[in-house]
Amino acid sequence: MSINRAQVEHVAKLARLSLSEEEKTQFTSQLNDILQFAEKLNELDTDNVEPTSHIYPIVNVMREDTVKPSLDRKKVLLNAPDQKDGSFRVPAVFEE
Amino acid sequence: MSIREIHRQLAKKERTVSEIVEDSLTRIKEVQPEIGSFLAINEEGARKKAKELEQKLNTSSERGLLAAIPAGVKDNLCTEGITTTCASQLLSNYQPIYNATVVEKLLSSDAIIMGKTNMDEFAMGSSNENSSFHPVKNPWDITRVPGGSSGGSAAAVATGAVTFALGSDTGGSIRQPAAFCGVVGLKPTYGRVSRFGLVAFASSLDQVGPVTQTVEDAAYVLQTIAGHDESDSTSVAKEVPDYLSALTGEIKGLKVAVPREMLGDGIDPAVREQIEKAVKQLEELGAHISEVSLPNLEYAVATYYILAPAEASSNLARFDGIRYGVRQGKNLLDIYEQSRSNGFGPEVKRRIMLGTYALSSGYYDAYYVKAQKARTLIKQDFDHIFANHDVIVGPTAPTTAYRIGEKISDPLTMYLDDLCTIPINLAGLPAISVPAGLANGLPVGLQIIGKAFAEETVLRVAHAYEQSAGTLAIPALGGVKA
Repeated sequence: MSINRAQVEHVAKLARLSLSEEEKTQFTSQLNDILQFAEKLNELDTDNVEPTSHIYPIVNVMREDTVKPSLDRKKVLLNAPDQKDGSFRVPAVFEE
Repeated sequence: MSIREIHRQLAKKERTVSEIVEDSLTRIKEVQPEIGSFLAINEEGARKKAKELEQKLNTSSERGLLAAIPAGVKDNLCTEGITTTCASQLLSNYQPIYNATVVEKLLSSDAIIMGKTNMDEFAMGSSNENSSFHPVKNPWDITRVPGGSSGGSAAAVATGAVTFALGSDTGGSIRQPAAFCGVVGLKPTYGRVSRFGLVAFASSLDQVGPVTQTVEDAAYVLQTIAGHDESDSTSVAKEVPDYLSALTGEIKGLKVAVPREMLGDGIDPAVREQIEKAVKQLEELGAHISEVSLPNLEYAVATYYILAPAEASSNLARFDGIRYGVRQGKNLLDIYEQSRSNGFGPEVKRRIMLGTYALSSGYYDAYYVKAQKARTLIKQDFDHIFANHDVIVGPTAPTTAYRIGEKISDPLTMYLDDLCTIPINLAGLPAISVPAGLANGLPVGLQIIGKAFAEETVLRVAHAYEQSAGTLAIPALGGVKA
Protein backbone atom coordinates (compact mmCIF):
# COMPACT_ATOMS: atom_id res chain seq x y z
CA MET A 1 0.00 0.00 0.00
CA SER A 2 1.17 3.50 -0.62
CA ILE A 3 -0.12 6.93 0.23
CA ASN A 4 -0.62 9.64 -2.38
CA ARG A 5 -0.84 13.41 -2.11
CA ALA A 6 -4.65 13.44 -2.06
CA GLN A 7 -4.64 10.98 0.84
CA VAL A 8 -2.08 13.09 2.68
CA GLU A 9 -4.41 16.06 2.29
CA HIS A 10 -7.34 14.00 3.57
CA VAL A 11 -5.40 12.72 6.60
CA ALA A 12 -4.22 16.26 7.39
CA LYS A 13 -7.84 17.37 7.41
CA LEU A 14 -8.77 14.54 9.78
CA ALA A 15 -5.88 15.53 12.07
CA ARG A 16 -6.82 19.24 11.92
CA LEU A 17 -3.49 20.19 10.42
CA SER A 18 -3.14 22.61 7.55
CA LEU A 19 -0.03 21.72 5.61
CA SER A 20 2.01 23.88 3.25
CA GLU A 21 2.56 22.63 -0.31
CA GLU A 22 6.12 21.82 0.66
CA GLU A 23 5.00 19.83 3.70
CA LYS A 24 2.52 17.88 1.56
CA THR A 25 5.31 16.87 -0.82
CA GLN A 26 7.68 15.97 1.98
CA PHE A 27 5.12 14.02 4.03
CA THR A 28 3.91 12.07 1.00
CA SER A 29 7.43 10.85 0.35
CA GLN A 30 8.40 10.26 3.99
CA LEU A 31 5.13 8.54 4.96
CA ASN A 32 5.55 6.29 1.95
CA ASP A 33 9.03 5.28 3.12
CA ILE A 34 7.75 4.50 6.60
CA LEU A 35 4.61 2.66 5.42
CA GLN A 36 6.66 0.66 2.98
CA PHE A 37 8.92 -0.33 5.86
CA ALA A 38 5.84 -1.27 7.92
CA GLU A 39 4.83 -3.69 5.14
CA LYS A 40 7.44 -5.93 6.73
CA LEU A 41 4.79 -6.89 9.27
CA ASN A 42 2.95 -8.74 6.50
CA GLU A 43 5.69 -11.38 6.65
CA LEU A 44 4.27 -12.39 10.03
CA ASP A 45 1.53 -14.99 10.25
CA THR A 46 -0.86 -13.42 12.76
CA ASP A 47 -3.97 -15.47 11.94
CA ASN A 48 -4.41 -16.91 15.41
CA VAL A 49 -2.72 -14.14 17.35
CA GLU A 50 -4.61 -11.90 19.74
CA PRO A 51 -3.81 -8.18 19.47
CA THR A 52 -2.09 -6.58 22.47
CA SER A 53 -3.41 -3.14 23.30
CA HIS A 54 -1.98 -3.05 26.77
CA ILE A 55 0.79 -5.11 28.33
CA TYR A 56 -0.51 -5.58 31.84
CA PRO A 57 -3.77 -7.44 32.28
CA ILE A 58 -5.74 -4.84 34.21
CA VAL A 59 -9.44 -4.51 33.50
CA ASN A 60 -12.07 -2.23 34.96
CA VAL A 61 -10.20 -0.53 37.77
CA MET A 62 -13.00 0.53 40.12
CA ARG A 63 -13.11 3.05 42.93
CA GLU A 64 -15.64 4.27 45.43
CA ASP A 65 -17.93 6.93 43.99
CA THR A 66 -17.10 9.56 46.58
CA VAL A 67 -17.18 13.30 46.15
CA LYS A 68 -13.75 14.89 46.23
CA PRO A 69 -12.56 18.43 45.63
CA SER A 70 -11.79 19.11 41.99
CA LEU A 71 -9.51 21.68 40.43
CA ASP A 72 -10.21 25.29 41.26
CA ARG A 73 -12.02 27.04 38.40
CA LYS A 74 -9.92 30.19 38.63
CA LYS A 75 -6.71 28.19 38.50
CA VAL A 76 -7.93 26.10 35.59
CA LEU A 77 -8.59 29.25 33.61
CA LEU A 78 -5.12 30.63 34.26
CA ASN A 79 -3.86 28.97 31.09
CA ALA A 80 -6.89 29.80 28.95
CA PRO A 81 -6.06 31.72 25.77
CA ASP A 82 -9.43 33.46 26.09
CA GLN A 83 -12.11 33.37 28.80
CA LYS A 84 -15.33 34.99 29.88
CA ASP A 85 -17.51 34.64 32.99
CA GLY A 86 -15.54 31.70 34.35
CA SER A 87 -15.61 29.75 31.09
CA PHE A 88 -13.33 29.15 28.14
CA ARG A 89 -14.29 31.52 25.37
CA VAL A 90 -14.35 30.39 21.73
CA PRO A 91 -15.63 32.05 18.55
CA ALA A 92 -19.22 31.37 17.56
CA VAL A 93 -19.58 27.77 16.41
CA PHE A 94 -22.70 28.30 14.28
CA GLU A 95 -22.72 30.89 11.61
CA GLU A 96 -25.77 33.14 11.32
CA MET B 1 28.73 13.32 43.15
CA SER B 2 26.51 10.50 44.39
CA ILE B 3 23.46 10.84 46.62
CA ARG B 4 25.27 8.92 49.34
CA GLU B 5 28.24 11.31 49.19
CA ILE B 6 26.02 14.40 49.36
CA HIS B 7 24.24 12.94 52.37
CA ARG B 8 27.58 12.23 54.03
CA GLN B 9 28.63 15.86 53.47
CA LEU B 10 25.34 17.03 54.87
CA ALA B 11 25.67 14.86 57.96
CA LYS B 12 29.28 16.01 58.55
CA LYS B 13 28.15 19.60 57.93
CA GLU B 14 30.75 19.95 55.17
CA ARG B 15 28.14 21.64 52.95
CA THR B 16 24.78 23.15 53.78
CA VAL B 17 21.68 22.55 51.67
CA SER B 18 21.99 26.09 50.32
CA GLU B 19 25.60 25.48 49.34
CA ILE B 20 24.64 22.28 47.56
CA VAL B 21 21.95 24.19 45.66
CA GLU B 22 24.29 27.10 44.83
CA ASP B 23 26.95 24.69 43.57
CA SER B 24 24.36 23.08 41.30
CA LEU B 25 23.13 26.49 40.04
CA THR B 26 26.71 27.56 39.32
CA ARG B 27 27.37 24.41 37.32
CA ILE B 28 24.05 24.67 35.46
CA LYS B 29 24.88 28.23 34.38
CA GLU B 30 28.42 27.28 33.49
CA VAL B 31 27.41 24.51 31.07
CA GLN B 32 24.04 25.81 29.83
CA PRO B 33 25.40 28.07 27.03
CA GLU B 34 27.42 25.20 25.54
CA ILE B 35 25.16 22.19 26.24
CA GLY B 36 21.62 23.58 26.50
CA SER B 37 20.25 20.92 28.86
CA PHE B 38 17.66 23.17 30.45
CA LEU B 39 14.50 24.87 29.23
CA ALA B 40 13.80 26.52 32.59
CA ILE B 41 16.01 27.06 35.62
CA ASN B 42 14.14 27.10 38.91
CA GLU B 43 16.58 29.44 40.60
CA GLU B 44 14.29 31.18 43.08
CA GLY B 45 12.24 28.08 43.80
CA ALA B 46 15.34 25.99 44.48
CA ARG B 47 16.83 28.58 46.83
CA LYS B 48 13.56 28.89 48.71
CA LYS B 49 13.22 25.14 49.04
CA ALA B 50 16.83 24.93 50.28
CA LYS B 51 16.11 27.42 53.07
CA GLU B 52 12.93 25.56 54.05
CA LEU B 53 14.79 22.27 54.11
CA GLU B 54 17.59 23.72 56.25
CA GLN B 55 15.01 24.81 58.80
CA LYS B 56 13.35 21.43 58.70
CA LEU B 57 16.66 19.61 59.16
CA ASN B 58 17.53 21.88 62.10
CA THR B 59 14.34 21.10 63.96
CA SER B 60 13.71 17.50 63.00
CA SER B 61 15.73 14.36 62.53
CA GLU B 62 13.40 13.21 59.77
CA ARG B 63 14.97 13.51 56.37
CA GLY B 64 13.54 12.47 53.03
CA LEU B 65 15.33 9.83 50.97
CA LEU B 66 16.45 12.47 48.46
CA ALA B 67 17.03 15.31 50.92
CA ALA B 68 18.97 18.22 49.38
CA ILE B 69 19.62 16.35 46.14
CA PRO B 70 19.60 18.64 43.08
CA ALA B 71 17.26 17.22 40.46
CA GLY B 72 16.30 17.95 36.87
CA VAL B 73 12.79 17.18 35.63
CA LYS B 74 12.03 16.51 31.98
CA ASP B 75 9.84 19.23 30.54
CA ASN B 76 6.95 16.87 29.80
CA LEU B 77 6.32 16.33 33.53
CA CYS B 78 3.93 18.83 35.06
CA THR B 79 5.47 21.15 37.65
CA GLU B 80 3.09 23.52 39.40
CA GLY B 81 4.01 27.12 38.62
CA ILE B 82 7.02 26.19 36.47
CA THR B 83 6.54 26.17 32.70
CA THR B 84 6.05 22.72 31.19
CA THR B 85 6.49 23.13 27.46
CA CYS B 86 7.27 19.63 26.14
CA ALA B 87 9.82 21.63 24.09
CA SER B 88 6.89 22.73 21.90
CA GLN B 89 5.94 26.22 20.72
CA LEU B 90 2.33 25.23 21.29
CA LEU B 91 2.93 24.95 25.05
CA SER B 92 5.57 27.68 25.32
CA ASN B 93 3.45 29.56 27.88
CA TYR B 94 1.92 26.62 29.74
CA GLN B 95 2.19 26.65 33.53
CA PRO B 96 0.61 23.58 35.10
CA ILE B 97 -1.64 24.06 38.10
CA TYR B 98 -0.66 20.75 39.64
CA ASN B 99 2.40 18.54 39.97
CA ALA B 100 2.87 15.18 38.30
CA THR B 101 2.73 12.44 40.93
CA VAL B 102 6.45 11.72 40.44
CA VAL B 103 7.24 15.41 40.99
CA GLU B 104 5.09 15.43 44.11
CA LYS B 105 7.04 12.39 45.32
CA LEU B 106 10.40 14.07 44.69
CA LEU B 107 9.27 17.11 46.65
CA SER B 108 7.96 15.11 49.57
CA SER B 109 11.27 13.24 49.73
CA ASP B 110 13.00 16.65 50.01
CA ALA B 111 14.70 16.67 46.60
CA ILE B 112 15.40 20.11 45.11
CA ILE B 113 14.04 20.75 41.63
CA MET B 114 16.67 22.80 39.83
CA GLY B 115 14.96 23.10 36.49
CA LYS B 116 13.17 21.57 33.54
CA THR B 117 15.24 19.63 31.07
CA ASN B 118 15.23 19.93 27.31
CA MET B 119 13.83 17.17 25.10
CA ASP B 120 12.58 16.30 21.65
CA GLU B 121 9.20 17.97 21.18
CA PHE B 122 6.53 15.87 22.91
CA ALA B 123 9.25 13.21 23.44
CA MET B 124 9.29 12.38 19.74
CA GLY B 125 12.83 11.86 18.57
CA SER B 126 16.13 10.17 19.36
CA SER B 127 18.57 13.07 19.05
CA ASN B 128 17.05 16.08 20.82
CA GLU B 129 17.24 17.95 17.53
CA ASN B 130 13.43 18.14 17.60
CA SER B 131 13.34 20.55 20.53
CA SER B 132 11.59 23.63 19.17
CA PHE B 133 13.64 25.93 21.44
CA HIS B 134 17.26 24.81 21.06
CA PRO B 135 19.09 21.52 20.64
CA VAL B 136 21.10 19.81 23.39
CA LYS B 137 24.73 18.96 22.72
CA ASN B 138 26.60 15.90 23.87
CA PRO B 139 29.00 16.80 26.71
CA TRP B 140 31.51 14.27 25.34
CA ASP B 141 31.67 15.99 21.97
CA ILE B 142 29.59 19.08 21.34
CA THR B 143 29.37 18.40 17.61
CA ARG B 144 27.31 15.30 18.47
CA VAL B 145 23.77 14.65 19.66
CA PRO B 146 23.09 13.68 23.30
CA GLY B 147 20.42 11.20 22.20
CA GLY B 148 16.75 11.63 22.92
CA SER B 149 14.17 12.25 23.72
CA SER B 150 15.42 12.79 27.32
CA GLY B 151 18.66 14.34 26.01
CA GLY B 152 18.51 17.31 28.36
CA SER B 153 18.15 15.02 31.38
CA ALA B 154 21.11 12.87 30.29
CA ALA B 155 23.38 15.82 29.47
CA ALA B 156 22.47 17.58 32.73
CA VAL B 157 23.53 14.52 34.72
CA ALA B 158 26.61 13.82 32.59
CA THR B 159 27.90 17.38 33.17
CA GLY B 160 27.29 17.13 36.91
CA ALA B 161 24.82 20.03 36.81
CA VAL B 162 22.30 17.94 38.75
CA THR B 163 22.70 14.65 40.62
CA PHE B 164 19.81 13.02 38.84
CA ALA B 165 17.06 13.87 36.40
CA LEU B 166 13.71 12.32 35.61
CA GLY B 167 13.07 11.29 32.04
CA SER B 168 10.33 9.46 30.20
CA ASP B 169 10.83 6.43 27.98
CA THR B 170 8.38 5.41 25.25
CA GLY B 171 10.80 3.66 22.88
CA GLY B 172 14.19 4.23 24.52
CA SER B 173 14.02 7.90 25.48
CA ILE B 174 15.71 7.39 28.87
CA ARG B 175 18.14 4.59 28.00
CA GLN B 176 19.51 5.77 24.64
CA PRO B 177 20.49 9.30 25.78
CA ALA B 178 21.95 7.76 28.96
CA ALA B 179 24.07 5.50 26.73
CA PHE B 180 25.15 8.39 24.46
CA CYS B 181 26.11 10.59 27.43
CA GLY B 182 27.83 7.92 29.53
CA VAL B 183 25.36 7.83 32.43
CA VAL B 184 22.81 5.40 33.90
CA GLY B 185 19.20 5.39 32.66
CA LEU B 186 16.41 3.17 33.97
CA LYS B 187 13.05 2.48 32.37
CA PRO B 188 10.86 0.75 34.96
CA THR B 189 8.25 -1.88 34.17
CA TYR B 190 5.11 -0.42 32.60
CA GLY B 191 2.84 0.30 35.58
CA ARG B 192 5.62 0.52 38.19
CA VAL B 193 5.63 4.33 38.22
CA SER B 194 2.65 6.68 37.96
CA ARG B 195 2.17 8.52 34.67
CA PHE B 196 -0.20 11.06 36.20
CA GLY B 197 1.01 14.50 35.11
CA LEU B 198 3.28 13.11 32.40
CA VAL B 199 2.12 14.67 29.13
CA ALA B 200 1.01 11.57 27.24
CA PHE B 201 2.76 10.50 24.04
CA ALA B 202 1.89 6.80 23.65
CA SER B 203 -0.03 5.78 26.74
CA SER B 204 0.51 2.02 26.48
CA LEU B 205 4.29 2.50 26.23
CA ASP B 206 5.26 5.61 28.25
CA GLN B 207 7.02 5.20 31.56
CA VAL B 208 8.87 7.65 33.83
CA GLY B 209 12.31 6.79 35.20
CA PRO B 210 15.62 8.19 36.45
CA VAL B 211 18.83 9.25 34.75
CA THR B 212 21.73 9.12 37.24
CA GLN B 213 25.49 8.87 37.48
CA THR B 214 25.45 5.57 39.35
CA VAL B 215 23.23 2.51 39.65
CA GLU B 216 22.83 3.11 43.37
CA ASP B 217 21.43 6.57 42.67
CA ALA B 218 18.97 5.02 40.20
CA ALA B 219 17.83 2.72 43.02
CA TYR B 220 17.35 5.75 45.32
CA VAL B 221 15.22 7.56 42.75
CA LEU B 222 13.17 4.51 41.76
CA GLN B 223 12.51 3.87 45.46
CA THR B 224 11.06 7.35 45.67
CA ILE B 225 8.90 7.41 42.55
CA ALA B 226 7.65 3.80 42.34
CA GLY B 227 4.25 2.66 43.50
CA HIS B 228 0.54 2.70 42.87
CA ASP B 229 -1.22 5.99 42.28
CA GLU B 230 -4.98 6.22 42.36
CA SER B 231 -4.75 9.01 39.77
CA ASP B 232 -3.24 6.56 37.26
CA SER B 233 -5.34 3.44 36.90
CA THR B 234 -2.57 1.78 34.86
CA SER B 235 -0.14 2.03 37.78
CA VAL B 236 -0.02 -1.34 39.45
CA ALA B 237 -0.90 -1.96 43.10
CA LYS B 238 2.14 -4.08 43.86
CA GLU B 239 4.32 -3.61 46.89
CA VAL B 240 7.51 -1.61 46.23
CA PRO B 241 10.55 -3.62 47.34
CA ASP B 242 13.68 -2.17 48.95
CA TYR B 243 15.76 -1.49 45.85
CA LEU B 244 18.84 -0.32 47.72
CA SER B 245 19.15 -3.61 49.56
CA ALA B 246 19.05 -5.42 46.20
CA LEU B 247 22.50 -4.03 45.38
CA THR B 248 24.49 -6.90 46.83
CA GLY B 249 27.22 -7.05 44.21
CA GLU B 250 26.48 -10.76 43.96
CA ILE B 251 25.40 -12.31 40.66
CA LYS B 252 26.87 -15.80 40.95
CA GLY B 253 24.75 -18.37 39.15
CA LEU B 254 22.53 -15.76 37.53
CA LYS B 255 21.27 -16.80 34.10
CA VAL B 256 22.08 -14.19 31.49
CA ALA B 257 20.73 -14.42 27.95
CA VAL B 258 22.44 -12.67 25.05
CA PRO B 259 20.17 -12.42 21.98
CA ARG B 260 22.17 -12.82 18.79
CA GLU B 261 19.81 -10.37 17.04
CA MET B 262 21.13 -7.60 19.30
CA LEU B 263 24.71 -8.20 18.23
CA GLY B 264 24.07 -8.62 14.52
CA ASP B 265 24.82 -6.67 11.37
CA GLY B 266 23.07 -3.46 12.38
CA ILE B 267 25.41 -2.96 15.34
CA ASP B 268 28.58 -0.87 15.04
CA PRO B 269 31.54 -3.30 15.47
CA ALA B 270 33.17 -1.01 18.05
CA VAL B 271 29.96 -1.06 20.13
CA ARG B 272 29.68 -4.84 19.73
CA GLU B 273 33.23 -5.24 21.01
CA GLN B 274 32.46 -3.28 24.20
CA ILE B 275 29.28 -5.31 24.78
CA GLU B 276 31.13 -8.58 24.29
CA LYS B 277 33.70 -7.40 26.83
CA ALA B 278 30.90 -6.55 29.25
CA VAL B 279 29.32 -9.98 28.80
CA LYS B 280 32.70 -11.57 29.60
CA GLN B 281 32.89 -9.46 32.71
CA LEU B 282 29.49 -10.70 33.84
CA GLU B 283 30.73 -14.24 33.26
CA GLU B 284 33.80 -13.56 35.39
CA LEU B 285 31.46 -12.35 38.12
CA GLY B 286 29.88 -15.80 38.11
CA ALA B 287 26.92 -15.39 35.77
CA HIS B 288 25.95 -18.15 33.34
CA ILE B 289 25.88 -16.77 29.82
CA SER B 290 23.89 -18.29 26.97
CA GLU B 291 23.17 -17.12 23.49
CA VAL B 292 19.47 -16.95 22.64
CA SER B 293 17.25 -15.80 19.80
CA LEU B 294 14.43 -13.27 19.71
CA PRO B 295 13.12 -14.15 16.24
CA ASN B 296 10.53 -11.37 16.09
CA LEU B 297 12.87 -8.60 17.18
CA GLU B 298 13.30 -7.48 13.59
CA TYR B 299 9.60 -6.54 13.50
CA ALA B 300 9.75 -4.33 16.59
CA VAL B 301 10.64 -1.04 14.90
CA ALA B 302 7.85 -1.38 12.32
CA THR B 303 5.39 -2.36 15.07
CA TYR B 304 6.37 0.58 17.22
CA TYR B 305 6.21 3.16 14.46
CA ILE B 306 2.60 2.19 13.80
CA LEU B 307 1.44 1.86 17.40
CA ALA B 308 3.22 4.84 18.99
CA PRO B 309 2.14 7.39 16.34
CA ALA B 310 -1.41 5.98 16.46
CA GLU B 311 -1.60 6.55 20.20
CA ALA B 312 0.12 9.92 19.80
CA SER B 313 -2.33 11.13 17.16
CA SER B 314 -5.14 10.47 19.60
CA ASN B 315 -3.35 11.90 22.67
CA LEU B 316 -2.26 15.06 20.88
CA ALA B 317 -5.78 15.81 19.70
CA ARG B 318 -6.22 17.68 22.99
CA PHE B 319 -3.88 20.42 21.80
CA ASP B 320 -6.46 22.48 19.98
CA GLY B 321 -5.78 26.00 21.27
CA ILE B 322 -8.98 26.13 23.34
CA ARG B 323 -8.10 25.51 26.99
CA TYR B 324 -4.33 26.10 27.14
CA GLY B 325 -1.39 26.68 24.87
CA VAL B 326 -0.90 29.29 22.19
CA ARG B 327 -4.15 30.04 20.28
CA GLN B 328 -3.93 31.19 16.69
CA GLY B 329 -6.62 31.75 14.05
CA LYS B 330 -10.04 33.40 13.89
CA ASN B 331 -13.01 31.05 13.50
CA LEU B 332 -13.23 27.71 15.30
CA LEU B 333 -11.84 25.45 12.59
CA ASP B 334 -9.13 28.01 11.91
CA ILE B 335 -8.14 27.98 15.56
CA TYR B 336 -7.74 24.21 15.55
CA GLU B 337 -5.75 24.14 12.35
CA GLN B 338 -3.62 27.23 12.90
CA SER B 339 -2.83 26.54 16.56
CA ARG B 340 -1.76 23.00 15.71
CA SER B 341 0.01 23.67 12.40
CA ASN B 342 2.03 26.59 13.75
CA GLY B 343 2.45 25.10 17.22
CA PHE B 344 3.76 21.63 16.33
CA GLY B 345 7.16 20.99 14.77
CA PRO B 346 7.80 18.73 11.74
CA GLU B 347 8.43 15.44 13.60
CA VAL B 348 5.28 15.82 15.70
CA LYS B 349 3.21 16.57 12.61
CA ARG B 350 4.76 13.61 10.79
CA ARG B 351 3.79 11.25 13.60
CA ILE B 352 0.29 12.67 13.93
CA MET B 353 -0.13 12.16 10.18
CA LEU B 354 1.22 8.61 10.33
CA GLY B 355 -0.93 7.71 13.33
CA THR B 356 -4.07 9.28 11.92
CA TYR B 357 -3.55 7.35 8.70
CA ALA B 358 -2.97 4.05 10.52
CA LEU B 359 -6.21 4.54 12.47
CA SER B 360 -8.28 5.83 9.58
CA SER B 361 -11.13 3.96 7.98
CA GLY B 362 -9.87 1.27 5.61
CA TYR B 363 -6.35 1.10 7.07
CA TYR B 364 -7.07 0.33 10.73
CA ASP B 365 -6.90 -3.46 10.34
CA ALA B 366 -4.00 -3.47 7.89
CA TYR B 367 -1.75 -1.33 10.04
CA TYR B 368 -2.96 -0.81 13.58
CA VAL B 369 -4.42 -4.22 14.38
CA LYS B 370 -1.61 -5.96 12.50
CA ALA B 371 0.93 -4.09 14.63
CA GLN B 372 -0.95 -4.97 17.82
CA LYS B 373 -0.71 -8.63 16.84
CA ALA B 374 2.98 -8.28 16.09
CA ARG B 375 3.33 -6.78 19.55
CA THR B 376 1.89 -9.99 21.00
CA LEU B 377 4.50 -12.07 19.15
CA ILE B 378 7.35 -9.82 20.30
CA LYS B 379 6.18 -10.06 23.90
CA GLN B 380 5.99 -13.86 23.58
CA ASP B 381 9.64 -13.93 22.45
CA PHE B 382 10.61 -12.33 25.75
CA ASP B 383 8.32 -14.64 27.73
CA HIS B 384 10.07 -17.65 26.22
CA ILE B 385 13.54 -16.38 27.14
CA PHE B 386 12.49 -15.37 30.64
CA ALA B 387 11.03 -18.81 31.31
CA ASN B 388 14.60 -19.93 32.02
CA HIS B 389 16.78 -16.83 32.23
CA ASP B 390 17.02 -14.00 34.76
CA VAL B 391 18.11 -11.13 32.54
CA ILE B 392 18.76 -10.35 28.89
CA VAL B 393 21.73 -8.18 27.98
CA GLY B 394 22.82 -6.38 24.84
CA PRO B 395 23.69 -2.91 23.60
CA THR B 396 21.38 0.01 24.38
CA ALA B 397 21.99 1.61 20.99
CA PRO B 398 23.55 0.24 17.81
CA THR B 399 26.04 3.13 17.55
CA THR B 400 27.64 5.75 19.74
CA ALA B 401 26.44 9.37 19.54
CA TYR B 402 26.30 10.61 15.95
CA ARG B 403 26.86 14.10 14.59
CA ILE B 404 24.22 16.81 14.89
CA GLY B 405 22.42 17.03 11.54
CA GLU B 406 23.63 13.61 10.38
CA LYS B 407 20.25 11.83 10.44
CA ILE B 408 17.63 14.51 10.93
CA SER B 409 16.58 14.70 7.27
CA ASP B 410 15.86 10.98 7.07
CA PRO B 411 13.28 9.99 9.71
CA LEU B 412 13.23 6.29 8.84
CA THR B 413 17.00 5.92 9.35
CA MET B 414 16.70 7.54 12.74
CA TYR B 415 13.77 5.27 13.66
CA LEU B 416 15.83 2.18 12.82
CA ASP B 417 18.37 3.16 15.47
CA ASP B 418 15.78 2.40 18.14
CA LEU B 419 15.91 -1.33 17.42
CA CYS B 420 17.45 -2.37 20.75
CA THR B 421 15.23 -0.25 23.01
CA ILE B 422 11.80 -0.33 21.34
CA PRO B 423 11.07 -4.05 21.90
CA ILE B 424 11.38 -3.56 25.66
CA ASN B 425 8.62 -0.92 25.68
CA LEU B 426 6.43 -3.10 23.48
CA ALA B 427 6.85 -5.91 26.04
CA GLY B 428 6.47 -3.51 29.00
CA LEU B 429 9.66 -4.76 30.69
CA PRO B 430 12.16 -2.97 32.95
CA ALA B 431 15.58 -2.17 31.48
CA ILE B 432 18.61 -0.15 32.45
CA SER B 433 21.49 1.30 30.45
CA VAL B 434 24.85 1.40 32.24
CA PRO B 435 28.11 2.80 30.87
CA ALA B 436 30.23 0.06 29.29
CA GLY B 437 33.38 1.98 28.46
CA LEU B 438 34.13 3.95 25.32
CA ALA B 439 34.20 3.13 21.62
CA ASN B 440 36.16 5.61 19.52
CA GLY B 441 36.22 7.95 22.51
CA LEU B 442 32.43 7.96 22.98
CA PRO B 443 30.33 6.22 25.64
CA VAL B 444 28.67 2.85 25.00
CA GLY B 445 25.65 1.67 26.99
CA LEU B 446 25.10 -1.90 28.16
CA GLN B 447 21.39 -2.66 28.35
CA ILE B 448 20.14 -5.06 31.01
CA ILE B 449 16.53 -6.18 30.61
CA GLY B 450 14.53 -7.94 33.32
CA LYS B 451 11.25 -9.73 33.85
CA ALA B 452 8.22 -7.57 34.56
CA PHE B 453 8.56 -5.95 38.01
CA ALA B 454 12.06 -7.44 38.49
CA GLU B 455 13.75 -4.03 38.82
CA GLU B 456 15.66 -5.46 41.79
CA THR B 457 17.40 -8.00 39.57
CA VAL B 458 18.09 -5.44 36.85
CA LEU B 459 19.61 -3.06 39.39
CA ARG B 460 21.61 -5.83 41.06
CA VAL B 461 23.21 -6.94 37.80
CA ALA B 462 23.85 -3.35 36.69
CA HIS B 463 25.40 -2.54 40.06
CA ALA B 464 27.64 -5.62 40.08
CA TYR B 465 28.78 -4.80 36.55
CA GLU B 466 29.37 -1.14 37.44
CA GLN B 467 31.43 -2.14 40.47
CA SER B 468 33.77 -4.12 38.26
CA ALA B 469 33.70 -1.85 35.18
CA GLY B 470 33.63 1.53 36.91
CA THR B 471 31.67 4.68 36.06
CA LEU B 472 32.75 7.22 33.45
CA ALA B 473 34.27 10.50 34.62
CA ILE B 474 32.45 13.78 33.96
CA PRO B 475 33.65 14.76 30.47
CA ALA B 476 35.52 17.97 29.86
CA LEU B 477 33.09 19.81 27.59
CA GLY B 478 33.92 20.07 23.95
CA GLY B 479 35.21 16.65 23.22
CA VAL B 480 38.25 16.10 25.42
CA LYS B 481 38.01 12.45 26.25
CA ALA B 482 38.23 11.11 29.76
